[in-house]
Amino acid sequence: MSHLHRLLLAGEFVVTAEMQTSDSADPASIVRDAETLRGAADAVNCTDNSAAHTHVSALAASRLLVEAGIEPVMQLVCRDRNRLALQADLLGGAALGVRNVVCMTGDDVSAGDHPEAKPIYDIDSVHLIRIARIMRDEGVYLSGRPLSEPPTFLIGAVENPFAPPRDFRPRRLGTKIEAGAEFIQTQICFNLETMRIFMARCGELGLLDDVWVLAGVFIPSSARGARYLRDHVPGVDVPDSVIERMESVPPERQREEGIALALDVVDAVRQIPGVSGIHLMTINHEEAIPRVVEAAGLLPRSAPAP
Amino acid sequence: MTRPRLDRRPPASAPPATGFHRPLLAVERWTKETLWDCRMCGQCILHSTGLTCPMRCPKNLRNGPCGGTLQDGHCEVVPEMMCVWVEAWERSRRLPLWREHIEHVEPPTDWRLQETSSWENLLTGRDRVDPDGWTRAERRAAR
Repeated sequence: MSHLHRLLLAGEFVVTAEMQTSDSADPASIVRDAETLRGAADAVNCTDNSAAHTHVSALAASRLLVEAGIEPVMQLVCRDRNRLALQADLLGGAALGVRNVVCMTGDDVSAGDHPEAKPIYDIDSVHLIRIARIMRDEGVYLSGRPLSEPPTFLIGAVENPFAPPRDFRPRRLGTKIEAGAEFIQTQICFNLETMRIFMARCGELGLLDDVWVLAGVFIPSSARGARYLRDHVPGVDVPDSVIERMESVPPERQREEGIALALDVVDAVRQIPGVSGIHLMTINHEEAIPRVVEAAGLLPRSAPAP
Repeated sequence: MTRPRLDRRPPASAPPATGFHRPLLAVERWTKETLWDCRMCGQCILHSTGLTCPMRCPKNLRNGPCGGTLQDGHCEVVPEMMCVWVEAWERSRRLPLWREHIEHVEPPTDWRLQETSSWENLLTGRDRVDPDGWTRAERRAAR
């Protein structure tokens, strides 16, 4: 059982964080990127060509983290690989020590650095979640062929309370739970009212007994970064108040203001019933993550069982 | 004004239709393409999407929407177009039937059925043949 799973079962408020994407063939530099997060997060997400930009694979980064004694959460997108390759990576990841996976669709190639590439999308994220569960609980591939040793992992997914159709999103979470999702990390939360409505609706549908929800929190480093998020990252709702707050301070103070802003979001989501943790994200501002965790009173993190 | 169209259907791998299949397919194609911009996947789930073809989605999602829907409800890949699944949700709310089907876990696409007759596949049950592993999981969930 993964350390993250153990904490969630114990009812602890967990902290996960996304490690910086790496474009290096040097394993030491990849691990160095994750070192900032050691002790500040219970598990660290290794992204899978996020935003359709190529980086070191989630599988490789996850293994390096395992060897460094940091628990990874391996992200898997449906954009780049078909159902054969995704199952191979699920099994391979498990063999390499990955105990948490998060399944998602993935931004289209047109948004990324290789827009000329052929997008795959052989299966969707709900299929991938179900397939992960089939491998783990039935001990077979999707095709029904048996595995000689089934993988063990905590199956995660993502959900975006902030993108239309908003009133369908809680039900879609229900579909993902039905498929096998055990925890979710939400898209970046700036709009607390939307988050509250989403969580309340999930509660009404009885979903919160069956899934742990980790609220996605972004730490902006500049007003320009906040505007970039609003204008170029699909599905993220960045209210005007956030942009105005970042713009209200001079550029040299914006990194600090971003940390203060993220802290306010963390404090607010912790009050929302049913939120079991936070998932911290930044762009080129990784050192802010341990600072936010500490200032939120969430240190020290429980040490993993030996 | 032409409707924005992105067609990401894969090429057909099934052998070309022969005999009565040819006129059947022609009628089906003409009807469904006209009415619903059908992409001839051969495993129709229109009843669960408010009669909105999910293969019009650039990511071919059978359990959509993705998380990238723009704030105005448009598609992140083709911003001129409404998100297919926003449409599907809204239209499914207007149908008196099959209202909870949009929440079902739809099985993975069998790409071999591309350009075959979904009407025929419905009658023969071919569109409900799922991989063994999938069926096992569904049986366990139903218990």
